[in-house]
Amino acid sequence: MKHARIRWHIVVFLAPAVLVYTAVMIFPLFNTLRLALYTRIEQERVFVGLENFRTLFFDPIWAEQFWNALGNNFWFFLIHMLVQNPIGVALAAILSHPRLRFAALYRSAIFIPTILSFVVVGFAWKLILSPIWGIAPSMMEAVGLGALFRPWLGLEGSALTTLALVSVWQFVGIPMMLIYAALLTIPEEILEAGEVDGVTGMAAFWKIKLPLILPSIGIISILTFVGNFNAFDLIYAAQGALAGPDFSTDILGTFMYRTFFGFQLQLGDPHMGSAIAGAMFAIILVGVCIYLFGIQTRLRRYQL
Amino acid sequence: MNQARSNPLNIALMHGALVLYTLIALFPVFVILINSFKDRRSIFREPLALPDSESFSTIGYETVMRQGDFFLYFQNSMIVTVGSLFFILLFGAMAAYALSEYRFRGNMLMGLYLALGIMIPIRIGTVAILEMMVATGLVNTLWALILVYTAQGLPLAVFILGEFMRQVSDDLKNAGRIDGLSEYTIFFRLVLPLVRPAMATVAVFNMIPIWNDLWFPLILAPAEETKTLTLGSQVFIGQFVTDWNAVLSALSMAILPVLVLYAIFSRQLIRGITSGAVK
Amino acid sequence: MTRKTMTLALITTALVATGAQAQDVTLTIESWRNDDLTLWQNEIIPAFEAEHPGISINFTPSAPAEYNAVLNSKLEAGSAGDLITCRPFDASLALYEAGHLTDLSDLDAMDNFSNVARSAWQTDDGSVTFCVPMASVIHGFIYNAEAFDELGLEEPETEEEFFAVLDAIREDGTYIPLAMGTNDQWEAATMGYNNIGPTYWRGEEGRQALIAGEQSLTDDPWVEPYRVLARWGEYMGNGYEAQTYPDSQNIFTLGRAAIYPAGSWEIAGFNAQAIFEMGAFKPPVRTAGDTCYISDHTDIGIGMNAGTEHPEEARIFLNWVASPEFAEIFGNALPGFFPLSNAPVTLEDPLAQEFVGWRDECESTIRSTYQILSRGTPNLENETWGASVAAIKGTATPEEIGQRLQDGLASWYAPQQ
Repeated sequence: MKHARIRWHIVVFLAPAVLVYTAVMIFPLFNTLRLALYTRIEQERVFVGLENFRTLFFDPIWAEQFWNALGNNFWFFLIHMLVQNPIGVALAAILSHPRLRFAALYRSAIFIPTILSFVVVGFAWKLILSPIWGIAPSMMEAVGLGALFRPWLGLEGSALTTLALVSVWQFVGIPMMLIYAALLTIPEEILEAGEVDGVTGMAAFWKIKLPLILPSIGIISILTFVGNFNAFDLIYAAQGALAGPDFSTDILGTFMYRTFFGFQLQLGDPHMGSAIAGAMFAIILVGVCIYLFGIQTRLRRYQL
Repeated sequence: MNQARSNPLNIALMHGALVLYTLIALFPVFVILINSFKDRRSIFREPLALPDSESFSTIGYETVMRQGDFFLYFQNSMIVTVGSLFFILLFGAMAAYALSEYRFRGNMLMGLYLALGIMIPIRIGTVAILEMMVATGLVNTLWALILVYTAQGLPLAVFILGEFMRQVSDDLKNAGRIDGLSEYTIFFRLVLPLVRPAMATVAVFNMIPIWNDLWFPLILAPAEETKTLTLGSQVFIGQFVTDWNAVLSALSMAILPVLVLYAIFSRQLIRGITSGAVK
Repeated sequence: MTRKTMTLALITTALVATGAQAQDVTLTIESWRNDDLTLWQNEIIPAFEAEHPGISINFTPSAPAEYNAVLNSKLEAGSAGDLITCRPFDASLALYEAGHLTDLSDLDAMDNFSNVARSAWQTDDGSVTFCVPMASVIHGFIYNAEAFDELGLEEPETEEEFFAVLDAIREDGTYIPLAMGTNDQWEAATMGYNNIGPTYWRGEEGRQALIAGEQSLTDDPWVEPYRVLARWGEYMGNGYEAQTYPDSQNIFTLGRAAIYPAGSWEIAGFNAQAIFEMGAFKPPVRTAGDTCYISDHTDIGIGMNAGTEHPEEARIFLNWVASPEFAEIFGNALPGFFPLSNAPVTLEDPLAQEFVGWRDECESTIRSTYQILSRGTPNLENETWGASVAAIKGTATPEEIGQRLQDGLASWYAPQQ
């Protein structure tokens, strides 16, 4: 920093990413988000300022759908945080055990659902849970729980939770892999030092490993948050754009898609669609900021 | 000294938990694969039975093979995925290094700018992207997809790689500088090898959505010559929605190459992770 | 590896670029009928190309659920095909008003169609027609004739007989009485509400009155079908709440269900998959001797992209689509899609004949929500999906459903305020 000269290597390092990203992503996105401030009247595009957002938040018809989708989205996220991430951490903790045999095999197998497309996942689970095909009902019957079977995907009360669990099933490999990688970077000396002090087994996990992998858990949480609030494909593949039954699985992604591109007889409304996208953007931005400024800065980072 | 860590009961419990979860993970794939080899009536009558001499049938595969060039679709998917990953990792690592290593004015701002893209689904920009691809004549080429996926993957790559690069010890880099290495050499020779596990993570993260994406192939490159495997199999599912032999076969054909790729790639991935850990 | 990939990608790019500059004119058709891809490739396109050397046709369908989004994106960006398959009424009208579809009123062969057929693709004042009508679909019930014989059942004529037949099937227990589910929602509205409904709102009479604001959705003719639908639930298969459209089709064609609330478009697929004789009966009337009404819905047309580079060739193709020759090929290649052309078409399929025969006995109408009433937000058609499902499941009373739909419609449609 002594000389105020341009350090060209910084420019070289940044340029390709910034150029491609700006041209192909940011420019089109803002071009689209700009639409949220306009509306179409008689084929003319008219500037209306924040009017679309007022409609979205306060017009009874729109607001009901928006809050419904937002609430569903939080539930979807909550299930991922409470189910997916703990299972991921637990699996990683077991897998990183030094004396475990076949670890590579387990790891590879558990990761497989993550590499499948939504089309495959949606179809496969609809098959298994289908009351007609009878895989889930007959399996439950076999263990004496037949009476508990319900057509979960078709009931308002359970469809969203069921789909969230399917999504957890699909993506549990990601936290598992990330935590696993983080656990492996913990030097053996630290653990051995702990053992000398009598900290072993579960205690070693809670007292030594967990604090060390907290940054990774932080990253996973924020990735889960961003991923969930951008989610769309699984719901769309399993329940269609109307996110049935009776909008009980509607999340912001499906709401935005339906509004933006239209559906069946409903004409696409790019302006309201962009307004929803703008709201999604704001929500995710707030979440990421909370993480970056509220959590990340407080996490202790160890240069290992 | 490792008594607690190798208690046989603990080990058995661990295996129990892992086996159980592995079964849960593989069951749906197994169901699709076995049923794709059965005739229509057996699929419905006994979905869990393995195909036997009576119920075995490849009629679904025959329908699928008759209709589309799956080898070409597979090749397209490979080109798009590998091409995009290459650019994401190269450009992403370079940018992450610039942001995590150097202090300069606008660093923070640039970091936020690059992170913005994580927060908006790129799908919203579809119309503008399509207009641009039409204007540049890239519509119905694989380059259109590679560009979009690269742009889409960069924010997360910069974010994750940046996190990891901050953990690379400064001593190492400073030692390199004292030895007179250029910033480029330090990056490519010293830093990149150390963040290989992170690169592997980024690769896996991006590979899956790119390989499985349906939307952009449908909009940007729906031509027969540029169809990807996912789009190809989706067309089948739409087209034969009640012909479950064909649907299950198309699904299996979409799964199998990924499984094979993964079987090959997962060893690299694990090696990447462990080598980073041992360093 | 990467260099090789780059080279490959470049070669592919070059190949694609040269492929586009073929000598002949190639017209691309956008469509949501991906089910019909093989029929277009094997029968329709060869028939056209044989007569018109120099023009080749490329049929590029996308999945029905994605069609609107894909088409609109492509139109906005200018990369859509030359010919565009038109959904009826407002969806296509919007495309015309946005300047994406060409005025085809002066197309020579347009005279082959009646005003009714054309009305689905006209401006409100009827002065401009922007798509060539292709086909309509008719609602009714397809049944497993062997199951009916086995149980000694007759085709029901009245509502009472209809439920008596359902009761008999349920009592016997071999078959699921009704093959329908509510997971995908649209079947409940399309094959449920709009299938049986015209009988209660007296077809066109009620539909026009609703548009004019003389009747409302809380009136008896519009609520009564929901009361009838509410009785369907108990005859549907166990777990019908999660039963999808393909599930229903498979249940029926595998012989596990006796009656399938249908649209005529199912005929081709059922012929290929069902392992038993099938019959069809029209929506039951309330009391014997009442006039019967059927939904004979103008469903599919084809228009020209205003941005096409080959308007001449596209018009040649559209004239051919409007010709009796096309009607003959199309009607027989896709039994269940009934050509709208005035030219008499001989249909060979017995089930298709049965359906089309109802046109002579009954009054025809189109689906109640399609014209004008689905222009605003909330969209009446989409609302009707959820409403019909709610009726079947019993999660709302028919009266509540009517009120909710009416409130939604009145919120933006002036004649209903």
